[in-house]
Amino acid sequence: MSLQAYAWIVLLAPLAGCVVIALTWRLLPARAHGVIGTLAIFVSFLAALGALVELDERRVVSVAWDYASTAGVDAQLSILVDPLSVFMALVVSGVSTLIHLYSVAYMGGDRGYTRFFAYLNYFVFSMLLLVLAGNFLVLIVGWAFVGAASYLLISFWYRRRTATRAGIKAFVINVVGDVGLVLGTYFIFRGTHSLDFLKTFEAVGEAFGRNDGDLVAGCILLLVGAFAKSAQVPLHTWLPDAMEGPTPVSALIHAATMVTAGVYLIARMHPLFEQAPAAADVGAIIGCLTLLIAATIGLVVTDLKRVIAYSTMSQIGYMVMAVSSAAYAAGLFHLMTHAFFKALLFMAAGSVIAAMAGVQDLDRMGGFRRAMPFTFAAMVIGGLPLSGIPPFSGFFSKDEILALLFAREDWHVVLGVLGYVGALLTAIYTFRMIFRAFYGEPVPEARALEDGHLFHAEHPANPATGEVEDTDVGFPGPEHHIAERALPMKAAMGVLAVLAVVGGIPQIPRVTDVLHEFLAPSFEDSRLYEELEPSATLVWVGLVVGAALGVLGIFIAYTLWVKQPERPRALRARLAPLHRLFVNKWYFDELIDAVFVRPGAMTGRFARNVFERAVVNGLLVGGTSGLVRGAGAAVRRAQSGYVRYYAALLLVGLTGLSAYFLISA
Amino acid sequence: MAEVIFFIAAIGAVAGALGTVLLRNAFHSVLSLVCHLIALAALFLLLRAEFVAAAQVIVYAGAVMVLYVFVVAYIGGGDRPLAGPAGPGLKVLSALFAGVLFAELTIALVGSGLSALESEGAPYEPGFGSPSQIGGLFLTKFLIAFEIASILLLVAAVGAVILARRRSGLEDPREVSVADVMRGRHGTLTDAPPETMLEAGGPPRR
Amino acid sequence: MNLTWYLVASALIFSAGAGGILVRRNPLVILLCLELMLNAANLALVAFARAHGNADGQVFALIVMVVAACEVAVGLGLIVAIFRRRLPIDVDELRELQG
Repeated sequence: MSLQAYAWIVLLAPLAGCVVIALTWRLLPARAHGVIGTLAIFVSFLAALGALVELDERRVVSVAWDYASTAGVDAQLSILVDPLSVFMALVVSGVSTLIHLYSVAYMGGDRGYTRFFAYLNYFVFSMLLLVLAGNFLVLIVGWAFVGAASYLLISFWYRRRTATRAGIKAFVINVVGDVGLVLGTYFIFRGTHSLDFLKTFEAVGEAFGRNDGDLVAGCILLLVGAFAKSAQVPLHTWLPDAMEGPTPVSALIHAATMVTAGVYLIARMHPLFEQAPAAADVGAIIGCLTLLIAATIGLVVTDLKRVIAYSTMSQIGYMVMAVSSAAYAAGLFHLMTHAFFKALLFMAAGSVIAAMAGVQDLDRMGGFRRAMPFTFAAMVIGGLPLSGIPPFSGFFSKDEILALLFAREDWHVVLGVLGYVGALLTAIYTFRMIFRAFYGEPVPEARALEDGHLFHAEHPANPATGEVEDTDVGFPGPEHHIAERALPMKAAMGVLAVLAVVGGIPQIPRVTDVLHEFLAPSFEDSRLYEELEPSATLVWVGLVVGAALGVLGIFIAYTLWVKQPERPRALRARLAPLHRLFVNKWYFDELIDAVFVRPGAMTGRFARNVFERAVVNGLLVGGTSGLVRGAGAAVRRAQSGYVRYYAALLLVGLTGLSAYFLISA
Repeated sequence: MAEVIFFIAAIGAVAGALGTVLLRNAFHSVLSLVCHLIALAALFLLLRAEFVAAAQVIVYAGAVMVLYVFVVAYIGGGDRPLAGPAGPGLKVLSALFAGVLFAELTIALVGSGLSALESEGAPYEPGFGSPSQIGGLFLTKFLIAFEIASILLLVAAVGAVILARRRSGLEDPREVSVADVMRGRHGTLTDAPPETMLEAGGPPRR
Repeated sequence: MNLTWYLVASALIFSAGAGGILVRRNPLVILLCLELMLNAANLALVAFARAHGNADGQVFALIVMVVAACEVAVGLGLIVAIFRRRLPIDVDELRELQG
């Protein structure tokens, strides 16, 4: 089959899956829908592999439909198939298949099972639309769809108030990003007069000078879109709250795919960013800030999934920093390895939470090592690449980013140093999480599991607020599935574990350069792609320092949370203000509340009470209607019902009229 | 000679008019009007309008006034005082107003200086005002008016029949007065459930 | 006879009718006064017809008579209907159409 055919199958198979599930939701049993959903994504993955085989280092644009070619706007439904998009499609469809497999078991018993798979398929479709987009129009459409899918999935358990609120928060912040994306597109379109990617990239050199104001503005607006989607500061506040969604959702959307859309965007738009380095620098700085802030918060949060969420935010900070500093292949490589080990971490966390009957609080977990050996192994295998321990995948990808930052030899070196600080913090908080959950005295739930039965809470309750729920549709189902007992979960986690271990092989520095070469055709118009090459010394020093920091971090975590469990409390007391800052997430939520939400609410209240009530209803509507009513009342008094009165009016009027004419004549 | 007849006829007409207005008994008013009409017919004859005069007597005084007589006989004259709750002031005012109107019209006539007013009128042609001339005019120049007048008569006849027909038995539900319905005193006259708030007598009470 | 006399007579009858409408309470009598006004108009029309030597005025007067007949038929039908409903035959009492 041709490359275009493969590409369209990649895109349309998940959509077909979603439609089939939606149309047959009453006709088939729930498990069948799970299988259909997983198969649809698997077909997409196979087609992506087919596209990989057929690709041959080209960049092909395939147009399905011309929306409009008027007034200089070329709006087409077109996809761009090039190494970058095939790479992203492979990562997205591959990890999605595994997560679908995991969900087949994990979401069992939930009344909304079918709906879940329909939403998941829709999400994968939108994400593939985003990465395969061939022009700004399709990109924006895919961007918006992904935001919608995210909302649908975060508030999947829609009868939980916390979940719906989190969904709305995510959606609103994503919309801010959408606005940035559209405005940025406008600025760029104004200069290049084309919406198509390839044409825009060719035209950007002539249309804009270096660091042209319009281009910088457009790129910064694109960055706003990227930051909202990828949860970078200051548009990151939705990601921790998004952990209200089911764990597969967190694994898919908030680890492997949706949050990487921003990274993909910056990488795709690299010609624009290279022509406007000011914007790229903004991206790099924000990426660096985010990775540090998120890492510090990850040190103190007590919700298991939120630790992993902040870890995601931090790692994406690395990726954003990388692609903004022209380390494109490195950033995308980290994207791939991160997808593997982060999804694995989330899956393991899901298993632990199921063992805890829905509770996600680290303070209440402990000693699960003996009760859940497979989950423990999975979590450790996921945590090691995250902490940058060789020879796991994450080690190579993270260190490549940092080495390339040093290779830039300008102020990016500072970012590199901060990146190493972040790596240390990453190792600490990752293994803090692992040690707290799996080491120490086994909690009752763990003991129950060691005895062979799964702990079930008396009344299902919202883990965050403790409100009592039921297990009907809109709330989590009554069953809890742990990896040790569910084969699909084990299979998915196993595959990801293998990938997390060996995923670094394609890009071992100085040994293999598979990814870099594979992606080269996508970046052939980049000045820095081939130039930026760290020297051998830099690479080896970086690798050693990175490994050392990772091991140091694990050692510190071991000391604080296994050897001397009283130390953390003492440290917290000594560094109380710092601890408070981190626990309150650097007060970003409060800041946004004070700057945007409260004035917004005040404006709304003013509009309603003063403007709407007094001016519009009272003055305008009430005034005009009052006027009409008054006039009507006045006129109505003339309708007395007396015939003679009317006759009198007639005659008097007649007389008056004749008198008037007499006098005037 | 003509003046004498004119004055007799005119005084008769005015007297009849005043009688219609001022007599208390409705029957007497009707009879007074009949006299007025006949006097007016005489005036028409003086004005060489033979056909109109004949029509006046036969149709107006003959048919229309007979209608009035029938209805008055059916209803009864009613010896009510002229003035109602408004008091005798209304009588005075109305008389005053009538006087004002008369004065105004007279001023309009006399003071306007219409050239035709002073003259004796156009010379008389034989056949003027004869039935043949009127008939000819009706069928040529005023044909449309003629036809519309006949339609109007048809409409009036149908309307009069409908208005005055007697209904036997219980009061037809469609005969309720609008005011009663507006005041909500009716509901549904049959067993049907009320379908509107009006029929139900107000908004639903919880 | 010159025209003025006829017209003055017409005006007199007209004002008498107008005054009668304002004063009387019996709807039947009000209709009679209305007839008075119509007849006054007829007189004026015929007088002018004679003055101009044009029979159009007489035709107009005949049409007015037709209209008066129609209006009388309907009006009397109304009064009969009112009487049948046992409502008072008094325009001051028949005020249902008040606004």
